Amino acid sequence: MLQKFKVNPYKLYPVLTPHTGYIREFKVKEGDQVKGPSGTWLEKPGTPLFVLEREKNPKVIRASLDGVVQNLRTDLLNKFVEAGVEILSIRHPLSQEEIISEILISALYVVRAPETARYILSPDLAKKLEKEGLGKLKVREGEELLLMTFMKRETPIYLKEKGEFIIYQIYFKPFELVQRNSPLLGLCPVEDLPYLERIIQRIKEEWPS
Amino acid sequence: MFTYIELHKKIRDLLELAEYIRDIKGEEFQGIADLVKKIQDLYDKFYDYSPRELEISYQTCEKEVQRILAKAEETLTPYEIVKIVRHPQRFTLLDILENIYDSYLELGGEGELNIDPAVVCAKALISRRVGDEVYFHQVMVIGHEKGHGEEFRRGGSATPWGNEKALRYMKMAETEGIPIHFFIFTPGAYPIEDYPGAAQQIARNLYYLSKIKVPTISFISEGGSGGAEAIGLTDYRLMAEKGYYSVISPEGGAAIEAKLKEGRPPRELVEKMAKSLKLTAKDNLELGTIDKIVPEPPLGARRKDYEFFKRLKFELIKATDEVVLQTRSMKLFRKYALSKQNTEAFKYFINWELSEDEREILLENRIAKYRKMTQWAVLENRGFLKSITQKSLKLTQSLGYELKYQIFKKGQKTFKKFWDELWSESSIIIKPVSDPVKSVYNLILGKKVRPKVKVLAEIEEEGTIYQSPLALQDRTVSCPQSEKYGCPDLWVPDLYGEFCGVCPNCGYHFPLEYNWYLNNIFDKNSIKFFNEDLSSSNPLNFEGYAEKLKKAREETGLNSALLSFEAKVGGISLIAVMLVADFRQGTVGVAEGEKFIRAIELAKISRRPFLALIHSTGGIRIHEGTLGVVQMSRCTMAVRDYVDSGGLYLVIYDNNSYAGPVASFLGCAPYQFALKSTRLGFAGPRVILETTGQPVPPDYHSVENALKRGHIQGIWDRRELRKKLFFALLTMGGPNLYYR
Repeated sequence: MLQKFKVNPYKLYPVLTPHTGYIREFKVKEGDQVKGPSGTWLEKPGTPLFVLEREKNPKVIRASLDGVVQNLRTDLLNKFVEAGVEILSIRHPLSQEEIISEILISALYVVRAPETARYILSPDLAKKLEKEGLGKLKVREGEELLLMTFMKRETPIYLKEKGEFIIYQIYFKPFELVQRNSPLLGLCPVEDLPYLERIIQRIKEEWPS
Repeated sequence: MFTYIELHKKIRDLLELAEYIRDIKGEEFQGIADLVKKIQDLYDKFYDYSPRELEISYQTCEKEVQRILAKAEETLTPYEIVKIVRHPQRFTLLDILENIYDSYLELGGEGELNIDPAVVCAKALISRRVGDEVYFHQVMVIGHEKGHGEEFRRGGSATPWGNEKALRYMKMAETEGIPIHFFIFTPGAYPIEDYPGAAQQIARNLYYLSKIKVPTISFISEGGSGGAEAIGLTDYRLMAEKGYYSVISPEGGAAIEAKLKEGRPPRELVEKMAKSLKLTAKDNLELGTIDKIVPEPPLGARRKDYEFFKRLKFELIKATDEVVLQTRSMKLFRKYALSKQNTEAFKYFINWELSEDEREILLENRIAKYRKMTQWAVLENRGFLKSITQKSLKLTQSLGYELKYQIFKKGQKTFKKFWDELWSESSIIIKPVSDPVKSVYNLILGKKVRPKVKVLAEIEEEGTIYQSPLALQDRTVSCPQSEKYGCPDLWVPDLYGEFCGVCPNCGYHFPLEYNWYLNNIFDKNSIKFFNEDLSSSNPLNFEGYAEKLKKAREETGLNSALLSFEAKVGGISLIAVMLVADFRQGTVGVAEGEKFIRAIELAKISRRPFLALIHSTGGIRIHEGTLGVVQMSRCTMAVRDYVDSGGLYLVIYDNNSYAGPVASFLGCAPYQFALKSTRLGFAGPRVILETTGQPVPPDYHSVENALKRGHIQGIWDRRELRKKLFFALLTMGGPNLYYR
């Protein structure tokens, strides 16, 4: 897993045409550094990439993340393109947090929100967690993990996966609205924990933050 | 010969004065920087010198400081007056409370432990000596506290809840029947929208102040626009000789003129702006926005100028006396004596308590005072004959309406009420007898009885559709929310035609020209404009403003940013005004204020609902200075008068509505609605960032947030505007409800 990221610590994001039209202008060159939306509320738009015109409506397509421009199709200038055509790619360098998050998502068993609602840890679990701390508390199949509260109606959420897990990550804040299918808890199988911790430790040591 | 202690104190005071002159006039002025260094040296090495040496040096320096002070006073510029007002050595409200009032009790908190440390409210006693007798008057003191360098006071910028605190104690004073002394020391209101909202609270304060039944006196030292108006609508307005009262800070005005999006404007432009804004006491007295100037020592009064406090106390008592006497029938000799009163020793005592009748006269006087204010600056492009004809027509019209509503309709209403009561009372006896007979009769004849249901009238859609000039393009546009909601591109003729400028997928409202509203909301051919010849002018001779007005006139064909007209919606006749973005971004000046007042007065005499349709407004027009600011008070007063007499006042916002008008005559409306595209608030994001140091989220001024904050009563869709307005008029007004 680690080797995969070492060989290629980038992710290549293709930029596709959202609809048909003529490519009227390229605002970037091959190898240019581009920036995604920024600001506290992402209110500052990303770097303009190219202009796509349809029905006399020139539309500026902007970068949605930071990176370097690659595979720029300058041959398409002033040509008609279909929707979904790749005009360029943005090579996005993965940060330490992004790699850890990718590894955790693939390695952990993630409990997701069944409904858009507010969630809290089950009271027993919360007490134990306070005592033992994150990355130490074990949970088993059938144990009550969370309470989904919706207009003061509480529904318990149980662990359905077989085996013994450690609560490794909590992705939500108590009583904050969580969208459906968003991750709530990251559970690590007990036997995998030493490997996972070692990998993360190595990433933290070896990767620039 | 001075003692050591006296000399030490004198040198310290002299150093303070020299530093003060240097801060106001700058380091280069008449060698003041060197003199400060010299006095500082004298002060630091005080014990190294002999008393004789100290005294000689002190006297030399003192003489020099006095010379420079006189020179500084001679060459004082408007921007230096702004610096005087903002200086930490300037007297503040707490200094006034300590030195003018005999005793006081702060209400709503003291110091940092306060509802809002920038607003001080206190119940106070003020005494006057008449011969050997001392009389005490109880007053409510409300004002801004800048503090001498106290950061938590925010320089006297009142938060919305600080203004709410002021309102609470105004109400208390009214209940107790005691006069209110207001002290204005603010660079402007703190421009945050947190509940109750900057603009909303100022509007509420103005609305309440316009008919508060106690004498109100204000004293302006630093009068920063809307923040000052929140406690500035008073019966008598005093102003410090070295104070300023302005529509905007010179820095803010310069940033607007230079079209700066960030950063500070150049110093020269700020100084020029301070001069152009006519913000000094002398200018304001000439403009008629204040009543009297309170003289100050050279370069302004500081916290230890006790002579000034004595003078201010005298002026405050005299002003309150004058307001009270104006409400009394037996006042002739006392008024004469008052006009001759120039010394601090009073020759008589005047009771400040008002009877019920006197309170009514007080309100009449206040309305008349503000109605008259700034009228000299109104420019009407009509000849003498036309003017006379229109005046006679107006008089005839008012007489007609008075006859119709006061005599005929009132009689009709009284008779109807009596008849309804009689019928309702007699039906108790008649119905038990008549109902069984009726039922048997219907049964024999086979008649079915249906309950009577009154249906609200239906509004008809207008036949021909207005063609917006924006629709005359063969192209598509993208909805700005397409990334979020996946909206398809929109064909322009469809968008600005059938879709009324609204994205059919997400409901985003594209801006439309003001003509669209005139042609799509009101019944066809029902609009009759009036007061069209009332025109914006350049009363301050603001450099470049006349050219800007000329350009706006040529481009729009309008004489001002406010259209006033009679119109009908589904057959319901109403008086409406519209602020249009095309003419100087819908900003309000003297002409707009006057047109608004005349329109609402017409709505009052003709007993019709009044609609303010806001295409866009950018606030008070800075080029007309305080003449523009007082329109906030004047128009709010007219609104209060109209609503109190039973009128239905509706405000509908669209596009951008900010600052003064929203914080006064628009924001005080009981019914305010906004279209989805509206951005509503007190100050824009740049001003908020500069004042508070905190950026605001992009949706801070959105209509959804305005609704959450309780600013508006509902969000309307532009496609349903005509229908919504019609039903609003029917349900909230109804033919019999416009006038109580």
